[in-house]
Amino acid sequence: MENDILIKVEHLSRRYGNTLAVNRLNFEVKRGEVLGFLGPNGAGKSTTMLMLSGNLAPSSGAITINGIDLLEEPKAAKLALGFLPEQPPLYRELTVDEFLDYCARLNRIDKGKIAAAVDQAKQRCGLTAVSKRLINNLSKGYQQRVGIAQAIIHSPDVVILDEPTVGLDPIQIREIRQLIRDIGTEHSVILSTHILPEVQATCDRVQIIHNGELVLSDTIDGLTQRMQSSSLVVALRQPPALAELGAIAGISAVEPLEGGRLRLSHAPQLNPSERVVERAVAEGWGLYELTPERLSLEDVFVNITTTDTAADTTEEAAA
Amino acid sequence: MIRTIAARELRSLFLSPLAWSILGVVLFILAYLFLGQLDTYISYQARIAMMDNPPGVTEVIVAPLFSSATIILLLVIPLITMRLVSEERRARTLPLLLSAPVSMSEIILGKYLGILGFLGIMLGLITLMPLSLLMLGTLDFGLLASNLLGLGLMLGAFAAAGLFMSTLTAQPTVAAVTSFGLLLLLWIINWAGAGAGQSVLAYLSLQGHYEALLKGLFNSSDVVYYLLFILTFLVLSIRRLDADRLQH
Repeated sequence: MENDILIKVEHLSRRYGNTLAVNRLNFEVKRGEVLGFLGPNGAGKSTTMLMLSGNLAPSSGAITINGIDLLEEPKAAKLALGFLPEQPPLYRELTVDEFLDYCARLNRIDKGKIAAAVDQAKQRCGLTAVSKRLINNLSKGYQQRVGIAQAIIHSPDVVILDEPTVGLDPIQIREIRQLIRDIGTEHSVILSTHILPEVQATCDRVQIIHNGELVLSDTIDGLTQRMQSSSLVVALRQPPALAELGAIAGISAVEPLEGGRLRLSHAPQLNPSERVVERAVAEGWGLYELTPERLSLEDVFVNITTTDTAADTTEEAAA
Repeated sequence: MIRTIAARELRSLFLSPLAWSILGVVLFILAYLFLGQLDTYISYQARIAMMDNPPGVTEVIVAPLFSSATIILLLVIPLITMRLVSEERRARTLPLLLSAPVSMSEIILGKYLGILGFLGIMLGLITLMPLSLLMLGTLDFGLLASNLLGLGLMLGAFAAAGLFMSTLTAQPTVAAVTSFGLLLLLWIINWAGAGAGQSVLAYLSLQGHYEALLKGLFNSSDVVYYLLFILTFLVLSIRRLDADRLQH
């Protein structure tokens, strides 16, 4: 079904003067998908978010929200859109109730349904206890929640969140992540962040943007594949000569580490763990530790974004 | 939608002490002037009564009151309009409006109507002063209406210019200073020299069109002047706000 693609971005570019901030992005987000948008500072994440939410006009390209062209019919497209910018847009002189009521009206919710919509948004974001308080007097974490409540009050098909967990404590972060996953079941969510575990915890798909270009677009599973080990760390009570270990089929290099441990590098497809264990038992090396080393998401991220050549090789390795 | 934005604007104005203090100060000064004018009228009353074609109480008291009100409001309105857009820029709340299903025109018109609501309240309170004279006698209601219309149009023009200046910057104080400068310039623009440009400058001046209405002369070209003035600055504001999105 074509309707299931809620966001479609084609050849999206944006210049600031001579600087090309976003360079011909193409991507789609389906209903029920949470897309993580990663990138170092200044990569063009926020610019992309601002364009998707109609705050910035793209230099070229097209954005379609739920089948409606954002540039041709901004009002209709924005009905299906909820946006939380980097800094939550809050009128601090209003109470939470007043503010959410205003947001509900702005988003053209029917008069009769406003109260219910406000209640639901408060409930989902855990704001019921502070409804009568001035936004100005709330803590940073609660203000952030009001920002999220504002973005989801009209249950939009597309929710765009720019760094939604900044400034929250660990419990709140967990709640907000759960909330994002809940929203993601019925709607599409685009989440920009540079907190990598957050991506692993909440997203179905990841895109890494660097210097305005998309350098990686993969599912979380695919990303986990990329993060798979290509080395083992072993600890032996009676280690043999390094050459003897290196001779085991599949091991390409042996490197002594601190504390008597050894790192055995191998090709990603040929995991020699079983053979190492067999030999260790047969020859009485006294194996007491064997850990597959995992690349963290950070490593993948750094690999892709530090040098373009590194990014190319990663792409090829994946292909 | 325009109403929603206007209501929010008006509400936020009254949630800050600014609106209250402005209302208080303006009304205090005007009340003082009004009483002074009333005193003058009473002390000359005997002599006025002997004149062939005596000026009415409305002419002696109300017209000068409204004339001073304009000068005071010229100073004060930039302080009310300065926050309209620049404050939203500074606090980064504009995305709330820009990502909501409202057009730029609705945003600007909403904000303008919110300010007009405030100015309407102020105008109403100012009008109470001349109306209090009804306890003693009668007023020339035609002249009062024409004065009210003039002051209302003038305030509308001030607010439109102030709104435009507020869309230009992210600093409310800069918006206040520049809109005050612009209004003052438009006020005195007809003072400059004589010559070919004189009649154009005289037409552009805010003051000239107001004086006729203060005398009770209703000329539709004066009213059209104000309406054009307001329309121009509203269109400019919409264009300016829209330009934020576009590439430079």
